[in-house]
Amino acid sequence: MAVPKKKKSKSRRDKRRSHHHLTMPNVSFCPKCHEPVLPHHVCMNCGTYNGESVIHVEKE
Amino acid sequence: MRHRKAGKKLGRDSSHRRAVLRNMVTSLFRHEEISTTLAKAKALQPIADKMITLAKRGDLHARRQVLSYVMDKTIAHKLFDELKSRLLDRQGGYSRILRAGNRNGDNAPMAIVQLLLAGEDKKSKKTPKKDIKAKKTSKKKKTEEKAEVAEKEAVKEDNKEEASKES
Repeated sequence: MAVPKKKKSKSRRDKRRSHHHLTMPNVSFCPKCHEPVLPHHVCMNCGTYNGESVIHVEKE
Repeated sequence: MRHRKAGKKLGRDSSHRRAVLRNMVTSLFRHEEISTTLAKAKALQPIADKMITLAKRGDLHARRQVLSYVMDKTIAHKLFDELKSRLLDRQGGYSRILRAGNRNGDNAPMAIVQLLLAGEDKKSKKTPKKDIKAKKTSKKKKTEEKAEVAEKEAVKEDNKEEASKES
C-alpha cells in the first residue's frame, strides 16, 4: 500500500492551514435599534428595513 | 446548456413543486404575509402577481382560472372581493420579498413575502431611497407627488371605512 515516506514538517503543515481561517460577515448596525444587521436584510429586532417599519416583531 | 430553461426546480418533481407553489399562494392570500425560504419566495412572487392580475380582470373566466389554482375556494373569493380593492393601484409588483436571516438548522436563507396593501403603504412613502430618486428628476418628483396625494386620499378613505366598521 502506498504510504508517505516522510513526516510533513510543522512548517508545511502550518502553511497548508494558512487558508483555513474564517471570514467575518459584513455586519452593519440597525440605524434605529443599533442591533447588528446583515446587508440587504430586515432588522429582526425592530422589523425595519430602509428606515421603514416593515414587519411586526413581537417583543418577549 | 441551460438555455431557455427558466424557473427553479426547488429540488422537487413537477407535481410536488406545483403543490408547494399552490399551497404557498393560498397561504399568502390568506395571511397577507408569509415567511419561507428565499428560493421559494422568489418562485412564488410571479405566480402571486399573476393571480392578482386575474383578480383585477374580475370576470367569471378569471375567477375560475384562480379557483383552479388556489387551494381554498374562500381564499380565491377573498382575493376577488376584498384583497383586490386593498391592493396598491399599480401595474404589477403587488408584493415584496424581504430577506430575514438564515434558518437555524440548515442555514437556509429565509425571506418574508408581503402583499403591499394600501393602508400599510403610509410608511413606505418616507423611504430615503424614493426621496433621492425624486431629487434626481424634477418631472418624476411632480408625478410622484401627485400619486402620493392620491394614495393618501385613498388611505384616508380606507381609514374612514375601517372606523365606520368598528363603530
